[in-house]
Amino acid sequence: MFILGVVLGLYKFLPDFLIENDFSKYSLYALMFFVGIGIGADNNALSVIRKTKIKIILVPLCVVIGSLLGAAAISFLISEISIAEAMAIGAGFGYYSLSSIFITEISGETLGVIALLSNISREIITLLVTPFFVKYFGKLAGIASGGATSMDTCLPIISESTGKEWAIIAVFSGVVLTIIVPFLVPFILTFI
Amino acid sequence: MIPVLLLMTIGLIIGYVLRNKIKFILISNKATTLIIYMLLFLLGIGVGLNKTIVSNMTNIGLQAILITFGAVLGSLIFAYITYKLFFIQKNEK
Repeated sequence: MFILGVVLGLYKFLPDFLIENDFSKYSLYALMFFVGIGIGADNNALSVIRKTKIKIILVPLCVVIGSLLGAAAISFLISEISIAEAMAIGAGFGYYSLSSIFITEISGETLGVIALLSNISREIITLLVTPFFVKYFGKLAGIASGGATSMDTCLPIISESTGKEWAIIAVFSGVVLTIIVPFLVPFILTFI
Repeated sequence: MIPVLLLMTIGLIIGYVLRNKIKFILISNKATTLIIYMLLFLLGIGVGLNKTIVSNMTNIGLQAILITFGAVLGSLIFAYITYKLFFIQKNEK
């Protein structure tokens, strides 16, 4: 859909009302409403935490801290991007659709595209390099690298290279990260 | 961003109250996916129309990869520490 939009925009093959009006703001409002319903209705969101030990919380927590610090460190290498912007992109945790839409609304299209590409590449890197990561960074490596995608697209490769018993931790970490993306990204861009 | 957080909170409450109405939840999930696709489409249009982005695509791509590299490496380091400190004993016992 994104690429189709780019092509249409490039060749201006569009009705004028689409270019002149800003639909995205109201669509975003509607989206947040439905995302809220989805989280509120999800029975798994809470029961996973109750069933497993407290220790499991450490997994998504270290992904959050690691992603934010790592992205912040990189921002010193890129003059165009501030620390907060880099952290907001890192806070997508691979959930590229939702995070890039937020970042576009708050910080503009250029940063939104960077967020989109960055978080898509996080998923691709995880899919390709997880076995190598697990070898050198321990059994949590695939889960950490996958971020929010550990619960769906990256789950098969994580489960295969780490072992099935880690799959539940992967799903848990992915669910937690997916839920906090819509809170964390606007929070970072607004307050940091 | 306040209307966004407000709407999400309202959604959370409605979702929790209606969590047993499976048909309603299914429709809500469908709507979420649909709107995400539509917004990505609109972002695509915006990007295609934006000359600064189109002419800087290589640079933008490079920045994106760099940030990913930092975020992934940071996560891996913290995951390694967490694994060594908290998870390794469990498996040896």
